[in-house]
Amino acid sequence: MSTVILLLVTGLGLGALYFLIASGLSLTYGLMRVLNFAHGIFLTVGGYASWWIAVRLPIGEPWRFLIALAGCMVVGAIVAAAVEVSLIRPLYRRHIEQVLVTVGLALAFTALVQGIFGPDPISYPAPGWTQGVTQLAGANIPNSRLLAIAVAAAVFLLLAAFLRFTRWGLIVRAGVENRSMVTALGIDVQRAFTLIFALGGVAAALAGALGALYFGNIDPQRGTATLIFAFIVIVIGGLGSFTGSVLAAVVVGLLQQFINYYSSVYWGFSAAGDLSVVLLLAVVLLWRPQGLLGRSVG
Amino acid sequence: MRQLRSRRSTIAALVVFGLLAAIPFADFEIPGLFNGLLSQPGPLQLLALCATFAGVALSYNLLFGYTGLLSFGHALYFSVGIYLTDILLTRYHWALLPALAMTFAAGIVLPLILGAVSLRVGGIAFAMVTLAFAQAGSILVYANPGRLTGGEEGLGLDVTRIPDFLIGVINTKNLYWIALGYLLLTFVVCWWAVNSRPGKVWQAIRENERRVEVMGLNPYVFKLLTFTLSGFLATLGGIVYLLLLGGATPGVTTANLSLALLLMVVLGGAGSLWGPALGGALYEYLDFRLLKLSSSSEIHSLPVWLRAPLAEPLFILGVLFILLVFFFPGGIAGIAGRLRRAGHR
Repeated sequence: MSTVILLLVTGLGLGALYFLIASGLSLTYGLMRVLNFAHGIFLTVGGYASWWIAVRLPIGEPWRFLIALAGCMVVGAIVAAAVEVSLIRPLYRRHIEQVLVTVGLALAFTALVQGIFGPDPISYPAPGWTQGVTQLAGANIPNSRLLAIAVAAAVFLLLAAFLRFTRWGLIVRAGVENRSMVTALGIDVQRAFTLIFALGGVAAALAGALGALYFGNIDPQRGTATLIFAFIVIVIGGLGSFTGSVLAAVVVGLLQQFINYYSSVYWGFSAAGDLSVVLLLAVVLLWRPQGLLGRSVG
Repeated sequence: MRQLRSRRSTIAALVVFGLLAAIPFADFEIPGLFNGLLSQPGPLQLLALCATFAGVALSYNLLFGYTGLLSFGHALYFSVGIYLTDILLTRYHWALLPALAMTFAAGIVLPLILGAVSLRVGGIAFAMVTLAFAQAGSILVYANPGRLTGGEEGLGLDVTRIPDFLIGVINTKNLYWIALGYLLLTFVVCWWAVNSRPGKVWQAIRENERRVEVMGLNPYVFKLLTFTLSGFLATLGGIVYLLLLGGATPGVTTANLSLALLLMVVLGGAGSLWGPALGGALYEYLDFRLLKLSSSSEIHSLPVWLRAPLAEPLFILGVLFILLVFFFPGGIAGIAGRLRRAGHR
């Protein structure tokens, strides 16, 4: 029983990381039909920025970690906004070129990080309490998982409230629904897009810092590796659907964690969970090509 | 006029391939570009790799350049050629011909099945789904199930299964000819395919899929055809690559290779035939030379802010790619076309 609870929480923790990346991807796609292949670099930026700040701050916990976290969010927002303004906006509506440019950026940026900080994982100065465990129904749950879940839940509530109650959120929701109509009404969707892009960068940067706690280190390749699962999440959830990406992130995280655990216990093969996520994707596509909560594909 | 031009380009292609085939007899140096005589194993090996990637880039060009399908998973079919052949020969001790036949079969069946699933969605979703399938292949190779793939270590090829004339540094020229033969085969197949009736439909799908549907054709079938053909050609390229390197390394299964293929095609000019071939060869050459450069002493004496980016070939290639998309979207073929038009005026 305690194993099941442990797997449940770890799976949710993984789902939380996926959600933090997928939410930004899904909204930017929904609003502007932009697939940002460089979204993974925001995760890398978040991980390395929080590490860089944390090892330089001469103060104690919990402030050190909190300041590092806040710092990585700021850096994530700045980098994301810079990418949008300099690379994506000039190629407005040329979707394939936008994808190509973000592909080039993802390759170049990952290589740059590797060149500066080295190709090997760097151990992360995690605060002590995140490395401890919490007793929950007889299971020892690592605190880093609980933290990831709590932060993702907070981000979800904030983003949902932003979309539901603010004027910008209204523009975004209307833009996802029918962008040309919103533009025809004289509302600048482009600015809402830049905002959403930056918010997506913040969420992904948070995922980078939390992922560093989750895995215990930072690694130049993790951004791309996690991004691939985030892509799977948003296709399963339905491209452009915010709620769909939440649901799919949870399903994918749990499935991956449970199957990985049991297949490595019984067959000594630890990649079955990762593979079953791809299988789930294939099943969803055959059954509902538009994804769980997506509208028909346009 | 058109026939004249097509005959002229056929002659040009024959001359180019003839010259390339004669390189193993070229006992001279090209200083700065290649180290040592061209006919030496070192330059020949590099040229053979360039020819192989030129062919694989051509196969990817069928998808992206001619049909407008943005796949991020082409590395999977290339890897099948490498790993399946290697596993059958080295782990199961099959003879060469049955192993090749089995790989050919897999090179048709796998893209057929995966294409049938992933082509249910279009555009960006298709890109992500192909990426996911290729990632599954990569995970499988790294996970090393039943110790078949060798995991991170890779899997050396059991050379007792390979005919003698393909083994050893002394026989690099034979491998080079095989790679060149592969490039020629891919070139001819692609040329024939894009000029065939389905090829015309592919290009129509690229321009406007809805109109193809309105004309009573089912785009799905044609897309599956190009997906399967290009997957099969990539599998053949994988076999050549395996023979060239004498083993398999898991790096080729990752998304980076699929992205590199995209770079090669855009670099050369999507939707032209010789462009992507040139792009593939050039990319492989640059990648190799930049890697050599990054370990040179000149680079190591630079200050860190210059050394870090210059020592990473992918950084330079990625930036080059971004500039290309912004300023020369037609790639090398586009630039050549512009020059030719300017010359006519």
